[in-house]
Formats: sequence, structure tokens, C-alpha cells
Amino acid sequence: MSAAPQGDVLLRATGVVKHFAVGARRLLPGGGHSVQALDGVSLEVRRGETLGLVGETGCGKSTLARCLMRLYDLTAGRVEFGGEDISLLSRRQLRPYRQRMQLIFQDPFGSLNPRRRIGSIIGDPFAIHGVADGQDRMRRVQELMELVGLNAEHFNRFPSEFSGGQRQRIGIARALALRPELVICDEPVSALDVSIQAQIVNLLADLQGELNLTYVFIAHDLSVVRHVSDRIAVMYLGKIVEVAEAEELFARPRHPYTAALLSALPVADPDLADSRRRILLTGDVPSPIDPPSGCRFHPRCPKARAECALTEPPLEPRLGDDGTHLTACHFPVAVGEDLATAGAEGGA
Amino acid sequence: MNSLPVEIVEGGAEPLEPPDAIEGRSPWQLAWARLRRDRLALACLIVIALIVIVALAAPLVAWLTGHGPNEEFQTTGLTPDGLPRPPSRAFLFGTDDLGRDVLVRVVYGARISLLSGVLASSVAVALGVVVGLVGGYFGGLVDTLLARLMDVVLSFPFLLFAIALVSITGPGLWVSIFVIAFFSWASVGRVVRGQTLSLREREYVEAARSLGAGDLRIMFVDILPNLVAQVIVYLTLLIPSAVVFEATLSFLGLGVVPPAATWGNMLSESLGYYRVAWWFVLFPGAALLITTLAFNLLGDSVRDAFDPRGDRLFRR
Repeated sequence: MSAAPQGDVLLRATGVVKHFAVGARRLLPGGGHSVQALDGVSLEVRRGETLGLVGETGCGKSTLARCLMRLYDLTAGRVEFGGEDISLLSRRQLRPYRQRMQLIFQDPFGSLNPRRRIGSIIGDPFAIHGVADGQDRMRRVQELMELVGLNAEHFNRFPSEFSGGQRQRIGIARALALRPELVICDEPVSALDVSIQAQIVNLLADLQGELNLTYVFIAHDLSVVRHVSDRIAVMYLGKIVEVAEAEELFARPRHPYTAALLSALPVADPDLADSRRRILLTGDVPSPIDPPSGCRFHPRCPKARAECALTEPPLEPRLGDDGTHLTACHFPVAVGEDLATAGAEGGA
Repeated sequence: MNSLPVEIVEGGAEPLEPPDAIEGRSPWQLAWARLRRDRLALACLIVIALIVIVALAAPLVAWLTGHGPNEEFQTTGLTPDGLPRPPSRAFLFGTDDLGRDVLVRVVYGARISLLSGVLASSVAVALGVVVGLVGGYFGGLVDTLLARLMDVVLSFPFLLFAIALVSITGPGLWVSIFVIAFFSWASVGRVVRGQTLSLREREYVEAARSLGAGDLRIMFVDILPNLVAQVIVYLTLLIPSAVVFEATLSFLGLGVVPPAATWGNMLSESLGYYRVAWWFVLFPGAALLITTLAFNLLGDSVRDAFDPRGDRLFRR
């Protein structure tokens, strides 16, 4: 996809916090625990770009997507869409924004109602917003089906009659029905076969060019994200630990966690693969019910020092990076530095 | 246990559809196709259809026999001792203690039974669906209140309630229908609530929400269609229980007021005569039995048709 235009900011999140109450005593004031799914996430999405969002399962990617869409109420923080604060709007007030931002779901089987024909599923946005009726709606549904590469004759079928890839196309058609400006893709390809993944990724890329879309592309597969993204944000345990232009991030990962993630990428060239050293992180991801103090990554970080457990590093340019490369780490990784203790790792 | 539940509904002999008519078959069509191959279900459907036709044609039966449902034939309908007469050419099902034609009364009784059965269970299902959907969908305090309400209704002793209510309002058809519906909706409500609790967490509900759909639309467009199969099954199983319920109320004198014929009060009146007049007990009893049996068996078949994986009690 094209290089990021330094355009205006379409979506801005500032200090978004989302806690979920859990435990038997959650209904009592002060009782129960809370899962700190997001703890102060700030990011910007510029018009026309694709922002990749990566991180392990459970790090809060999907929660962030739903907070940006305001499907969840925020515990704290602020989400602005097109310069307007939408973080406190009611569901009724959000309705106009629903036409401008849409979500594509991970599970192509769960996100389509099994009892409804796909013509009516794709026509839903028109029905809900009263945009088109009868013949007009039908015509537009069929246009959408053709746009995403489905046979327009199949509008009378049920979701169970389609394959995973086709169902994902249906989900995309539904999301694009009202010509949104922003589409948040929540792991749109991770439930699909690898051969189908490429088709869907390419479809999304084509549609971006055709319809001037802005994407937030969530995935845990770094190769996919690298392929589609202009910029990439890396999440760990409810926080963004690093943001940079895609190639910059791959060339100069600053956060030890990013470096570890990148070192785990499979490489097609066996000679190169042998010469690489993987950074093996010890331990498991800590529970978001009781996250570590200071930098949340410090219990697993090969570079952690005493300070890391005490103060939380802000997300800012490190080691002379410009304002496009932000890292939340007290002791960022320099180019050529080896985190796997020996050999030549990382770098360009 | 003779065959795998593999769906081969369309035979090879059927002509191929032209390509522009490609249409997925809805769960309804699939269920209907399965139901159609179920011989017992077809037999039940035919029996039910016959009962409905006979009930609708009750005045015709009265006209053909020349006997009104409440007409007392003191001379031709009773023996010189004043006892009911057995089945004969004039009275095909015999007569009752007042010399009325049992056939005509059974036929008229079918009207009451079907009317109260269908009406009461429809009201119960509608109420149960709405309460269950609202409780399950909104959750929280609303759900807690509605769930407790259902518990309370289910723990009510229905006969005591019916007796108490009738002592205030006096017996009648509409009171019976109200009582039956009132005691039947809560079980439907519970099932619907439970299903809604799980369905509202589905991703397609979230998708609808992200499209900006309102609560009502999500409840009735996205969630309800996934409940319809269970609701239909419940409806077909509620009808026979409502029919029996109505018969019970009539039997106890709490239902339809006596000169009007119902199966329940015919059975009640026959109690003193069962030794001398078997026909007086047999025909209304058999009518009640056949009706409830047909509806119950049909209900089982409908359930199987909507969920072919479920285990049947009897393979057929």
C-alpha cells in the first residue's frame, strides 16, 4: 500500500482506559477485581493510511478496536473521530458515526447471522440507516457483492453455504455498504487458510485505493501487518509500547518486546534463518488483573533494571528518533545491539 | 438405529434448476422437507386437520343428525328408566344422562378445546417470547426482576389460583384461557431468556450494533429468528397441555359453563354413569386423548425436523 501521506488525523485516541469488572463481588462497590484491558492507550490514525496493530493474544487489540468504535464505553480517556469527541456520546448520538466507521470481524462464521440470507445481511446497513429501499437496496447489495468478488446471484443464500473466505467477503461488503471513511479490521484474516489470507488482504488493499479508506489493521501475524501497513503500533498488556513507520519498525525496533517479536518471524531464506538469533522471552504474559508495576514488560525483559519496575516509561522518541518513531522504554535497543546475548541480531 | 442422519432430500430425478434461480433453502424449507418424510408426523398432521375440520363443521354435523348440541331428547334419547341410550342409528355415539347426542356434543366440544388450546398457548408463547427476550437481552436489574417473576409464576399452585379467580369472576371460556396462558408463559419465557443470554454475545449481534442497529431491531431481527425453531416446538407442545388444562378446568366446573359442551364437563357429567353407559365416557375421553396425542407426537417430530441431530426416543 502507498506510503503514509502526512494527512490530517481521522481518529485520535488519548489515554484510553478500559477496565472490565470481574469476580463474584463485582456488583458491590469496591468489590471484585478488574481486568485492565487497556491502560492509557494513545494513538492517531491519519486519513488514508493503514495503521497496523500487533500484539499477543489478550493484549487488548480487540478491546481497543471496540473502544475506538465506541462499542464499549470507555473507563477513561477520549476518542476523537474527524475532530469530534465521540467518547461520551450515547448510542443514539453515535448513529451518524456508524456510517463513517465500520468494523470487520475476525470470525467469518460468528459474525454472520446463520438464519438470515446474505442479501438481507449485506442490506442491513441500508435498512438500519434508512438509506435505500426495495429494488434500490437490492441493486446496491448486488453491486457490493460484485465489488468484493462475490457472485451477485447468490444474495438468496444463507451464510452456511459459503466458505470462510467468501464469508469474510460478505463481512467486508457489509462493512463497506455505507462507504465508511474508517474501517477497523479486527484480525480479518487470522481465521482463514493461508491461501485465502492473501486474497482477502489484496481485496482490502484494492478497496482502499478504490474507496479512499483508512484502515486500522489488527493482527498477530507480523508478516501480514508489514505487508499492509504504513505505520505499525505494537501493543503489550493493554499499552502501546512502540509506534513507527512500518519499515522503520522492522529496521530499527527500539522496544525489547518489538525486537523479540521480530526475531520470532520466520525467514524464507534458510542461510539467513540460520544466522539469526531468536530472542526467547522467559515467563508468560502477566495477568491483566494484576499487571506489573512500572514498565509492564519488565518481568520478561532481558534489559530490565531496577528503574523499570518503578517508573512507567512514556511513549516518546528515543535514541534520536524523529517524532514518527515513539517507544515506551527506559533502555531502548540500539541498532546492532544483541538481546540474545551473542551473535549478530537485529539491525538492517 | 438403521441409518445415519444424512440429508439427501432432493432425488436425482428432479430437474436441475436454471442457474438464475439459485436460492439457498431456508432452515424452514429444510425442516419442512424433513417433516414431510416423517410418516408419523404426516399422520398427526392429518388427524389434527380432521379434528379442525370437524370442529369447524360442527353446525353441519348438528344439521345432518338433526340434533342440536344442547337439545334434550327426553323420549328418544333416554330409556324408560331415564338412562342414556347406547350408540344406535339415531345416536351414533349414544346419548348422555339428559338425552343429548354425544356425537354432536363431542364435535362442539372440539371447538372449545381447539380454541382454548391454540389461543391460550399462542398468548403464552407471545408473552414468554417478549419477556424472555427483554430479560435476556437487557440483563441486569430488568432481567433479575423478570426472572424472579417467572419463578413466582412457576411456583404458583395453578388449581388454587384458578378456583380463587373463578370465585371472583365466575367461570367462563375467557377466564379459562387467561388462566391457562398465565400459567404457561413462564416456561417459554425461561427457555427464550436462556437462549437470548447466549445469542446476544454472538459476533453478529455486535456487528449489528456496530452498524448502528437499535435494541428492538437487534432483538427481533437478529436474535428472534434464531429462536423461532424452539418457539415453534414449544408452541406445538403447549397446545396439547393447554387442551388438557382446559378439560381439567371444565371437569372441575371452573371452565366453560355447563350447558355448552366441552370434553372436560362431558367427562365430569359421565362420572356417575360409567358403569351403565361406557359410550358417555369413551367418546369425549378418546377425543381428548387423540387430540393431545396427535399434537404431542407432532411436536416431537417438529423438534426433530428443526434439529435433526437430537436423539429421538424412538427411531422411525
